[in-house]
Amino acid sequence: MQKIPTFRKGGIHPDDKKVLSNRQAIERLPVPAELIIPLSQHIGAPALPLKQKGDRVEAGEKIGQGASFISADIHSPVNGTVTALNKVTLANSVVSDAFVITPDTENPMGIWEERPYEAFSAAELQKIVKDLGIVGAGGATFPTHIKLTVPRGKTVDALVVNGVECEPYLTADHRLMLEHSEMVVRGVMLVARMTNPKKIIIGVENNKKDAIVALRKVIAEHDFPIVVTPLKVKYPQGDEKQLLKATIKREIPSGKLPLDVGAVVLNVATAFAIYEAVAYNKPLIERIVTVSGEAIATKRNLRVLIGTKVADLLAYAGLAEEAETYIAGGPMMGFAFYDDQTPIIKGTSGILAFTEEAHKQAPVSPCISCGRCIAACPMGLQPTKLYRLIDHRQYSEAMATNLMDCKECGCCAFVCPAHLPLVHAMKLGKRLGRK
Amino acid sequence: MEKPKIVVSSSPHIHEGSRTSSIMWNVSLALTPSALWGVYVFGFRALAILLISIASSLLVEFLLQRISHESTLSDGSAFLTGLLIGMNMPADAAFVVPIIASAFAIFVVKWTFGGLGANWINPALAGRVFVFFSFTGLMNTYRMPRTLAGVDTVGSASILTEIKLAVGSGTVQGLQSTEILEQSSYGHTQFAQSLSNWFTALFNRGPSPYTIDAFFGNVAGCIGEVSAFLLLLGGVYLLIKKIITWHIPVSFIATFSLLAWTFGGFRNGLGLFQGDFVLQIFSGGMILGAVFMATDMVTSPVTKKGMVIFGIGIGFFTFLLRYFGSLPESISLAIILMNIFVPTIDRYITPKRFGEVVKEAQS
Ligand code: SF4
Ligand code: SF4
Repeated sequence: MQKIPTFRKGGIHPDDKKVLSNRQAIERLPVPAELIIPLSQHIGAPALPLKQKGDRVEAGEKIGQGASFISADIHSPVNGTVTALNKVTLANSVVSDAFVITPDTENPMGIWEERPYEAFSAAELQKIVKDLGIVGAGGATFPTHIKLTVPRGKTVDALVVNGVECEPYLTADHRLMLEHSEMVVRGVMLVARMTNPKKIIIGVENNKKDAIVALRKVIAEHDFPIVVTPLKVKYPQGDEKQLLKATIKREIPSGKLPLDVGAVVLNVATAFAIYEAVAYNKPLIERIVTVSGEAIATKRNLRVLIGTKVADLLAYAGLAEEAETYIAGGPMMGFAFYDDQTPIIKGTSGILAFTEEAHKQAPVSPCISCGRCIAACPMGLQPTKLYRLIDHRQYSEAMATNLMDCKECGCCAFVCPAHLPLVHAMKLGKRLGRK
Repeated sequence: MEKPKIVVSSSPHIHEGSRTSSIMWNVSLALTPSALWGVYVFGFRALAILLISIASSLLVEFLLQRISHESTLSDGSAFLTGLLIGMNMPADAAFVVPIIASAFAIFVVKWTFGGLGANWINPALAGRVFVFFSFTGLMNTYRMPRTLAGVDTVGSASILTEIKLAVGSGTVQGLQSTEILEQSSYGHTQFAQSLSNWFTALFNRGPSPYTIDAFFGNVAGCIGEVSAFLLLLGGVYLLIKKIITWHIPVSFIATFSLLAWTFGGFRNGLGLFQGDFVLQIFSGGMILGAVFMATDMVTSPVTKKGMVIFGIGIGFFTFLLRYFGSLPESISLAIILMNIFVPTIDRYITPKRFGEVVKEAQS
């Protein structure tokens, strides 16, 4: 039998809880009464508003203009009217300007017709990706057109497509690969046209065997040069550094990018969005969101318009019990929030509601130097030492101990028997250390 | 309106479920079979010593809490310290000895350094060594186990003391440790003899009855250290529970065995590779030390590589002290000696940073 690869250093095996929602087919959430579209949904500068209160907007119309090199355009998901331009607090605590849009009661949704796209050149494709507001769907929301513009002089050895979905509970990418395998694979081929890689790999964790089969079937039908690589389940394999280590056995040095080791990494949901953009001229105005967690009555994978309030998703899925915590994203790296009026944005992969029991909080006690955090850290850091330095306000020493390599994956805090807020400290230390 | 009950905390929002207290209680649980064996073979007085140790540790912790206004009794660490101290006492120790050891352990070693996690040496170990040097005579008189009672035997020296004395007298040149014991008509159980015979009949070679007794705990010694078998069982439990890893116990015992096997014969006129390390491993506090004390998280290195170095160091010092020191027991001292190096080990043995390989390859 062939050995199933994974990355080597550190990592953890949390209960993946995917069975809660991985058999729920993707459903479309009805158009809500109101949408809140933030101008800052991506890494980089917020978009500039192109509409004012009272303006009519059409589905797919650009309403926010990417402000600088690292920024992204914003589009209206529906036909409707801008009723306000407000400040809104996103789940990750970022405060952003946002359009409030009331969708039309009649035919709010746009109609997207397929168009021939085989003739587009690589540059034309890149322009489409930029103009239609595609950003990384995995949560980091880095503007995708930048990633796909390979600088002169660099070549791409491998295009590695991320179908890992290593965060527990989340099943949105799984359902997408299963139900829309054809579009995902075609999206990947479009990315290949833009980046010209020597080989194309889709990495999928082995707990999604049906998705692996589905992708392979489509690839075989078209005879595409894509390899689907099953990966042994281990968190945080969905991080691009661990993913590249697992798939092409290369380590990105500290502070460098995948391109520095000849790779482009991109999420399956991003590939899907690129396909929709290119083949239907449809901007990134909706995404698939897993609604799960012990406090949710019926766990679901919902296709929702960007700007839909969390409350609408929760109402649709139903709360089974009093929720103690709401999380946007996965339980390892997602953000806890309290305001259910906050909108779904381009990077929201899941909405989780936990009961007290699932949340497993415990009082903090002193570090007992057990070293488990060190064994768990995929970056080879010493979380216990960093914690001590940050706790003693020795921020520059912490920086010298490679604090910036920390990607806040949470492995250390997950295993710490003293329940120290290690990730919280890392975030704080980085912020104060940079000054 | 926001509901006041919603908890907003930093990621990650899930946890594997371990706690410091569950680690401490699990270690205590793993020690229990060996402690109970001690009570069985050494009688009621052993139980009294164990209870006094535990109670005095808890009491000192409780009193100190009233000063520092922290509640740490339930984290299990004071209980574990007390249990370990009791297990490291001879059954005939005066009752005041475990009280002094506990007070020293909890107050001087743990509390003054800043409480759980801040001490550089294991409190129980420190407590034991402290009373060992204060009451050397008392601490070295052992009771014979019930299983050996009635067997014709010489007084109450432990196997290690017996061998050491014999070697010191210079009359046992050229004899193996087990032969020394035989010559000085040290007792062994009938059970060990039959098991030894059985092995010999089957494989033509068998362990000495002394080794078998040492393995199962039919020897004189401290209450909780005699049964290597039950201690190893506890160790397996801790391994399965992922509370300890193999690194420290294995590197410690392997290093010691290698040295004892290679050079251990010298002290009584045998050649290279003639040392009887098997008897040595199962005697005295070796297994208790290797599995339960050297693995104390607070006072051992944090990286796996560091742990191996630490274990090798303890093995080395144990060998030196056991074979060439004047004291029969050496595990505690060897561990404390290596504790001194832990900060240094942790400073220089650091995990390899992700991406470092590539960097080296490129430059
Ligand atoms: S959060 Fe940072 S320190 Fe902790 S395991 Fe992840 S990378 Fe390592
Ligand atoms: S896991 Fe927690 S208790 Fe253990 S060394 Fe790391 S910070 Fe300390």
